[in-house]
Amino acid sequence: MAKWFPHNVSTFGGDIDSLFWLIFWVGLAWFVLAEGLILYFVIRYRRGKSQKAAYITGVPWRQSAWILVPAAVVLVLDLAVDAMGAHAFEAVKGESPQPDVRLRLTGEQFGWNITYPGPDGVFDTPDDLVMLYEMHVPVNKTVAIALGSKDVIHSFFVPALRLKQDALPGREIPVWFKATEPGDYEILCAELCGFGHTKMRGMLTVHTDESYAQWVRENWEQ
Amino acid sequence: MMSETGHAEPTSFFRRYIFSTDHKVIGKQYLFLGMVMALLGGLMAYVMRWQLAWPGSQVPGAALLSEPAVVDGVVTPPFYNALVTMHGTIMVFFVAMPILLGAFGNYLVPLMIGARDMAFPRLNMLSFWILFTASSVMMISFFVPGGAAAGGWTAYPPLSARPLLSGVNWGMNLWILGLALEFSAFLLGGVNLLTTVVTMRAPGMTMWRLPMMVWMQLTAAIIFMLSVGPTIAGAILLLLDRVVGTGFFVPQQGGDPLLWQHLFWFFGHPEVYVILLPGIGVLAEVLPAFSRKPIFAYKMILYSIFVAGVLSFLVWAHHMFVSGMNPTLVMPFSVATILISVPFTIVIFALIATLWGGSIQLPTAMLYALGTLTMFIIGGITGIFNGSAPVDIYIHDTYFVVAHFHYTLFPTVLLGGLAGFYFWFPKMFGRMLNETLGKIHFWLTLISFNAVFLPMFALGIGGHVRRIYDPSTYDLLKPLHGITTFVTIATVCLLLSQIPFLINIVVSLTRGERAAANPWRANTLEWSTASPPPHENFVGDPVVMRGPYEYSVPGADQDWLPQMQDADTATTR
Repeated sequence: MAKWFPHNVSTFGGDIDSLFWLIFWVGLAWFVLAEGLILYFVIRYRRGKSQKAAYITGVPWRQSAWILVPAAVVLVLDLAVDAMGAHAFEAVKGESPQPDVRLRLTGEQFGWNITYPGPDGVFDTPDDLVMLYEMHVPVNKTVAIALGSKDVIHSFFVPALRLKQDALPGREIPVWFKATEPGDYEILCAELCGFGHTKMRGMLTVHTDESYAQWVRENWEQ
Repeated sequence: MMSETGHAEPTSFFRRYIFSTDHKVIGKQYLFLGMVMALLGGLMAYVMRWQLAWPGSQVPGAALLSEPAVVDGVVTPPFYNALVTMHGTIMVFFVAMPILLGAFGNYLVPLMIGARDMAFPRLNMLSFWILFTASSVMMISFFVPGGAAAGGWTAYPPLSARPLLSGVNWGMNLWILGLALEFSAFLLGGVNLLTTVVTMRAPGMTMWRLPMMVWMQLTAAIIFMLSVGPTIAGAILLLLDRVVGTGFFVPQQGGDPLLWQHLFWFFGHPEVYVILLPGIGVLAEVLPAFSRKPIFAYKMILYSIFVAGVLSFLVWAHHMFVSGMNPTLVMPFSVATILISVPFTIVIFALIATLWGGSIQLPTAMLYALGTLTMFIIGGITGIFNGSAPVDIYIHDTYFVVAHFHYTLFPTVLLGGLAGFYFWFPKMFGRMLNETLGKIHFWLTLISFNAVFLPMFALGIGGHVRRIYDPSTYDLLKPLHGITTFVTIATVCLLLSQIPFLINIVVSLTRGERAAANPWRANTLEWSTASPPPHENFVGDPVVMRGPYEYSVPGADQDWLPQMQDADTATTR
């Protein structure tokens, strides 16, 4: 199943994947235990010729321990998952590190508008560059995105980055990532946004430093 | 406490079968309505799956659908979105609730507590007919200009708040109206059930002697009544936004789309437990009867359910981890969500422990109960992935979530519902179901259910988002297409697997073996009266002697002790 995850190219994606696998293995152990017990009981206690059932109410503590002990173990495991989860969530959705590149990403029915601030580094000036569907960023640099929407709720989802964030009209939500490998990665819309929902395919291009410099030279007004 | 003024058995056809006030007839009406809606919801899933596996190809049977829903036999994107929306709406509100609460609640609760009917029989009839109207409104909405609601069963605004944004005008208004009627029906039903359980119990039927099914119905009704208010308020605001032009959920007018999500999920999450609890109630009746054992830790199960019920009100924002809500609040909701696994571990292990040391028989009803239990465990465990906020960032709104909630709802509603159907059919209709057809139905359903939903976890892990019309748009999803096609074929198999069931119903209703009063040798009160029970249920006034799960009591000369058996014929207790 490991190869079914898209290859991770973000700094925080590894933590999300390891948490997934932690829950997977712990969950699998419980699955095997519970299903194994059911199977064993059904086979072992299948009605025979003269077998009489035992009168077990589960009321005495010695009996109810059979359900309370598993619950206590689950509680401890839950808290471990929570503790790891708090750390991993903070890494993704918490305060962004100092950004190297700033972008504005606005969803609309049915496309993604990516606004680059241009050479002056300031938005809403004449040298801004707006591209449809195409997001270009340099590798190993912190990218800060101001995410918004013009009309309905969209959701910015880049599986390779393990990053998803709803885009809401009337709000600007800060999102950040640092991509670790150059390449082209698809952007999906993860929130039903109307009949053209399926068409909201964007492309994140992560450049090497050289190719990013070249892309800037070719596209930004100097 | 018995109603002093019993009503006479009606004689006209209409009063007897259509506008009946008899809880048994009303229970069957809910059952048939739920089954018809389940068929419609299943066919919607078939049309959706066909489009996903073979995008842009003609759907076999599309000739039954008219333009503009399909063009040249191909499903259009607006109609696809309407199917996504209505499949979810119908399965949750018009299949799960009518069958688990409407049918089982109405049919079983008065019988199980030894009452002659519900506390308010006419209100009961009204509830059903309001629900019937609501179902009709939902289905009619497909035929108004613009088609049915297409904003998802969660109806997130602004998409749902402005006709121009989704292209659906009256369909969405009718959706809100249909839901409002559905909520009203179950609010009235909940009040009725609560009153019935509190005031109409037979002498000796203390709260701690109630069959688990009654407790689950009662708890579900309370959770429903406490949680649905904010969503009704939200639905009214949404309707005002659409019809009057207010902007409660529209940011350009100072509204907030997230407000709807909070109002919706404050109810939407507890609703899962409203559906789940009666399913557990079925297990708690079927497993002891066919293991010949008391349910394991009766009170501990109930306390766990109460704790889970309270927690269910504190976890709604786990549907909103990536919605843009305050990230500081995410972790508390994540912790509360994952904590729900603790009471449910107790419930699941208690149900498993009920089998321990038993004398287990495997008729179809028991197979379905075991199927429910084994499959629901998968739903429960996969819930931890979604509940963990960072993992949810990735899997939210992917097929992983679709797989997860189908592994919780399909076992409880359909497998659990069928366990109850096979178990109580002899009581309801006075005939035994065919066991061979039943077992064929079980194995086909179980295998094809897993073939449909297990691969969906892999799709979600691969990044396949929900609710998209054409997965071939994305390079990322191309390697997954084989799985998508497999799922569609399995969906067709799952639908075809219901044919033996329908044959079984028809054959057994007409030619099935006559059912004795207590074919399973079970303890609860419904088995102490005739199959089917007479008008007003019991010949004498039942008096309850003991708890509902006294199976295989040491020293007793048979392995069950009915709740209303006379005290002097029982050797112990």
